[in-house]
Amino acid sequence: MSQSIKYRADRRLNLGKFDNILNFAVIGLLAIGTLLVYAGTREWFRSYGLDPEYYLKRHSINIVIGVLLAYGTTLIDYRLLRAYTPIIWLAAVVGLVLVLIPGIGSEINGARAWIALPGGFQIQPAELAKISIIVGIAMILADRDQTDQDPSDLDVLKALAISAVPILLIIAQPDLGTVLIISAAVVAMIGASGARAIWVVGLLLLAVLGVFTAVQTGAVNEYQVARLQSFVDPNADPQSTGYQLRQSRITIGSGGLFGKGLFEGPQTNGRFVPEQQTDFIFTVAGEELGFVGCSLILFLYFLIFLRGFAICKRSSDLFGRLVCIGVIAWFGFQTFENIGMAMGLMPMTGVPLPFLSYGGSSMFANLIGIGLLQNVYARSR
Amino acid sequence: MSQRGKINLIIFQTLIFSLLFALFGRLFYLQVLDSDRYQDAAISIQSRDIVTPAVRGAITDINGSPMVVDLPGLVLFADRSTLDRQADKGVSILSRVATLFRLEYSDIYQRTRLCGELPRENRAGCWNGTRYQPIPLIGNASQELALKVIENSDSYPGILIQSVPIRSYPSLAGENAAHVLGYVGAVTDEDSLNPEKNYYRSEIVGKSGLEVKYNDYLRGTPGVRTFLVNRKEIVTKESKNIQAIAGNNLITNIDSKLQAAVENALESAIFRARSSGYRGDSGAAVVMEIKTGRVLAMASYPTYDPEIWQRGLTVKQAKDLFSEAKGVPALSRPIQGLFAPASTFKSVSVLAAAKAGYLLTARYDCPATVEIGTRTFKNFDSKAAGRIPLDLGIAISCDSLWYQIAYDEWVRDGGLKPKSNPNDHFFNAAKAFNIDKITGIDLPSELKGRLPDRQWKQNWYDQNKNFFCNYKERAKKEDLTPYLIEIARENCLDGNKVRAGDAVNFSIGQGDTLVTPLRLAEIYAAIANNGLYYKPQVARAIVDVDGKVIKEFKPEVAGKAEAEESTWDFLRRSLRMVVTQGTAAGVFAGFPVEVSGKTGTAQVFGRNPNGSAKDDTSWFAAYGPTKDPQFVVVMMVSQGGFGASTSGVAARDVFAALFGVSGNRVDPERVIFPNGVPKTIAKVDLTKAAKESSNKQGKIRVGSVVVE
Repeated sequence: MSQSIKYRADRRLNLGKFDNILNFAVIGLLAIGTLLVYAGTREWFRSYGLDPEYYLKRHSINIVIGVLLAYGTTLIDYRLLRAYTPIIWLAAVVGLVLVLIPGIGSEINGARAWIALPGGFQIQPAELAKISIIVGIAMILADRDQTDQDPSDLDVLKALAISAVPILLIIAQPDLGTVLIISAAVVAMIGASGARAIWVVGLLLLAVLGVFTAVQTGAVNEYQVARLQSFVDPNADPQSTGYQLRQSRITIGSGGLFGKGLFEGPQTNGRFVPEQQTDFIFTVAGEELGFVGCSLILFLYFLIFLRGFAICKRSSDLFGRLVCIGVIAWFGFQTFENIGMAMGLMPMTGVPLPFLSYGGSSMFANLIGIGLLQNVYARSR
Repeated sequence: MSQRGKINLIIFQTLIFSLLFALFGRLFYLQVLDSDRYQDAAISIQSRDIVTPAVRGAITDINGSPMVVDLPGLVLFADRSTLDRQADKGVSILSRVATLFRLEYSDIYQRTRLCGELPRENRAGCWNGTRYQPIPLIGNASQELALKVIENSDSYPGILIQSVPIRSYPSLAGENAAHVLGYVGAVTDEDSLNPEKNYYRSEIVGKSGLEVKYNDYLRGTPGVRTFLVNRKEIVTKESKNIQAIAGNNLITNIDSKLQAAVENALESAIFRARSSGYRGDSGAAVVMEIKTGRVLAMASYPTYDPEIWQRGLTVKQAKDLFSEAKGVPALSRPIQGLFAPASTFKSVSVLAAAKAGYLLTARYDCPATVEIGTRTFKNFDSKAAGRIPLDLGIAISCDSLWYQIAYDEWVRDGGLKPKSNPNDHFFNAAKAFNIDKITGIDLPSELKGRLPDRQWKQNWYDQNKNFFCNYKERAKKEDLTPYLIEIARENCLDGNKVRAGDAVNFSIGQGDTLVTPLRLAEIYAAIANNGLYYKPQVARAIVDVDGKVIKEFKPEVAGKAEAEESTWDFLRRSLRMVVTQGTAAGVFAGFPVEVSGKTGTAQVFGRNPNGSAKDDTSWFAAYGPTKDPQFVVVMMVSQGGFGASTSGVAARDVFAALFGVSGNRVDPERVIFPNGVPKTIAKVDLTKAAKESSNKQGKIRVGSVVVE
C-alpha cells in the first residue's frame, strides 16, 4: 500500500494528456452508434404511436454516464486500482449470484443475465465481471519482485482461480458469448504475461473441449444449441434463430456499396431483424451506410486496437501492459463475435457490439475499459 | 516483459488484426460481390404483391361471335390454413358446403387437397397450386346459394366468396368445340418456377387447346399493387400500383354454326355405326378451306362440357375424361387419333403409279384374290370385278389391282434384296404429303403419322429384334401359338426388310401406315389444289379490346406434292366417280352440289377391353364443290364399320350444312359462307354472350360430365 502512495506522489500528471487518436475513434463510434440506435428504433416506436426518440434519449444518457465513468477511471492511478480490485471482483461475483436468483434476476431470450433496478433500469453484472477479471488477473500476474521474472505456475493457477468463479456463474446464466470473450481475454493475458506456453496451449484445448462437452451433454440448454446449430445450417428453421441469421445477412448484403441512406433502410424500418438496436446493430449500419460506412466503422475499431497495442507497449510496467492486453482482447473478440455473427461468420451468441449497441451496462463497461487504456497512457513515460 | 511475453504479444496482435481483416473480407463479399442476391432477397422479404387478374381475352368464331368469354361469376374459395386450424381439420365445414351445393363431399374434400398430399394414383381433381393461395372450390355458384354462405359466414370459416371473371361458354350456335378451345386452370408449381413464363401465383392460365397456344395474347397483364410491409405484415407503404390490362381477343377460323353442324354430323355417324352393330367408340371430323388451310370446324367424339373445368372438376369427371371405357374424351382425335387410312390412301397410290409409268387410262385386273409369295391377299369382300379401267377401280375401291402394281414395283426395287437406290414410288408419293410429320396446326400436342418406309422398318427392327429372336422366352404364355411363333421367326430373320406383304399393304393404306384425320384432310386439300397444301390454322387474328388488329395469321404453304397436271385431273375425275358411281354413290344420290371423295374402311388389329375384335375404321375424305374446290371434309369413325354408310353420310351432312342443302336442293338462305369464307377480320361482339350468360344465372348446374 505504501508503494501505491509513492506512485501517486511521483507522478502527478496532466490528465489532459490522453491518447487523442483513441478518443477520436471512440467518439466517432459513439456518434455513429447513436445514429444507428435511433435509425433502428424510430420507425418501430412510431408505428406503435410511441416516442420515436425513446431509445435515442436513453442511449445518449448511457453515453454521458459512460463517459463520466471513463473519466473517473482515469483519475485514479491505475496502479492504485489494484487496491480496489478485490472489491470490484467481489461486487461482480455478488451481482452474478444475484442474477441467478429468480425474482431478482430477469430472464431475457433464455438467459438470466439482468438485474432489474427501479425506474426501468437494468444492470448486467457480467459486464462488470469483465473489468474485475481483467484487473484481477493483471494484478496477480504482475505482482512480483523482479519485473523481468516470468509468472510462476502458481500465479497462473491463482489467476485462473479468480477468473473461474465469475466464468462459472456466467455459464450458469447461461451467456456463452460473454464466457468466450472473458476466456479469450484470460488466455491472452496469461500468454502476454510470459507464463509457460503449455498454459496457453492447454487453455485453448480446454476451451475447445469445454464447448464440445457442453453441447454434447446438454449442459448448454436447448436455446443455446439451437443458436449454435442454426449457425451450421441457417436454413433449418426459418422462423427462429436461423431466420435471424439469414435476415441479418440479407439486410447487410442489401446495403450494397453506399447503403440505402441513414433512416432509409426498408429492412431496418420494417424491423425484419430483431434486436437491431442491440446485438444486431451492425445490420442497421450494413443496410443504411453500406460498404463504405461499415468500412469506416471497422477502421475506427482498427484505430482503437492500434492505439491499444501502442499504449500497451508504452506502459512502463507489466500490470499496465496486462490491463491493456485484457481490454484489447475483450473489445477485439467481442467485436469479432458480434459483427461475425451478423455476417454469418460466427454462431449467434448475443453479445453487444462495443460502443455501437444500445445497452447501459455494456456501454459503461466499454467506456470504463477505454478509461483504463487512457489511464495507462496518461501515466506512461 | 520477458522474451516469451513479447512473442506472445506479437502473436496476439496479429490475431486481433487478422480477425478484423476477416470481418472486412466478409463485409466486402456481402456488400460488394454478392450484394445483388441479397438485394433481391430483401425485396421479396419487404414487399407483398396483390395481384388482380386481368380479364382474359375472348375466343370468337370467324364472325366475331364469342365461343369463350370471361364473365363475372361467383366463386367459392377455401382457405386451407383456416380449415386446417379447425379442430376437425375443416371436415364439418366442407361437408356443410357439399350439402348446400348438393355435391359429393369427397369431391369437395379432394379439391382442397394439394396434389402433392395425395398418393399418385388418387390425384384426380386435386389442387395444383399451393396451400397459401385461395383454393377455388366451386366455380360459377348460384347467387342464391352463395348468399346463404355469406349470411351464415360463422358456419363457414375459411370459405370465401368472390366475384371473379371466369371462363364462360355461351355456345351461341350450339357448338361445343371443347377440344379446340381447350381449358384454363390455376398456375402450377412447375409454371411458377419457370422464369420464362413469369406467371403470378393467383393467375389463371391456359392448359390445353387454343387457351394454352395463345395464352400469352389472351392472358393480358394482371394488375399488381405492391406494398411494403414490416415484420408484423403491417403495410407501411404502397410502392407500386399497376392496373390490370385486359387480354386480347382471339378470332378463330372456326364458324360456330358449321362447328355445331359438324359435331352433330359426327355424333349421328357414331350413333348410326352403333345401331348397325359396330362399336363406334370414337370419331373425328375436320373441315378446312383448301386454298388457305383455315380450319373452319374440327370435332372430336366423345367430347365433354368445357364448363366442368370452371365449376370444379369432380373426381368422377376427372376420371371419366381419361377413361378407356368412356372412350378417353380428353383426347382430341383430329390431331391425336392415329388410324390406318385404308382406301382413302389409294389417291396417294395413284400418284405413285403414275410416277412409276403405269398408264392411268389402261385397264387393270381386279381379281378376288392375289397370291403373293405364300400369302393370299383378298380383294375387299373377296369379289372379282374383272378387267376394269383404273378410275372405275378407284371408284369401286378395288384392292387387288393395287396388290399387283405394288408387288411389281417391289420386285423392281429388288424385293428382299433391295437395290442401293430403289425407286420407292409409293413411299415417296406418301412422303410428299409429309405423313410422317405433324401438320403444324396451331394446337398443342399434335401427333405425327407413321410412314413405314425402309428406314422405319430398320428402326423398328433394331428396337424389336431381341424380342422376336428370343420369342419363346420373352412372349407371354398365351401368345405362344404356332402362328405367332412363325411370325416371330420371320421377323427375326428379315424383319428389317420391306417385304412383299408390307409393300402390298402400303398401297391400300393398311399395314403399319397411320395418319391423323387432320393429315388426311391435308392430303385431300392438296389433291383438290394440284398438290399445294397449307398449314392448318385455327387462329385468324389477335385483336385488342378496341378491335385493333394485333396480329393476323396469314395462310402458310406447308408443302407441295408434285405430279403431272393430267395425273391430278385423272385422280380428281376418279374421286368424282366414287360419288357418282362408286362406293359413295348411294350416299350422295340426289345431292345437289357436286362433291368428290373417297371412302375408306380400315381393318384394325387388336382387341377391345372386353376381348372382342376391333371393328373397322370408317373414313370418308372429300372436297367440294368438285369444279371449284373450296372445302375439304374428313370424317372418321373408329370401329364405325363401312366408310360410306357411316362416315360418308356424315360428310354429306357436313356438305349439306356448308352449302345450305335441304333435301335435294340448295337453300341460299342457309349457306354458311354465302360470300365465301370471310376475307376480312370480323368485329368481336361479346354482348350476346353476356345476355346468354344472364339467362343461365340462377340455375344450379350440377355437372353432367361427358356427352355420351
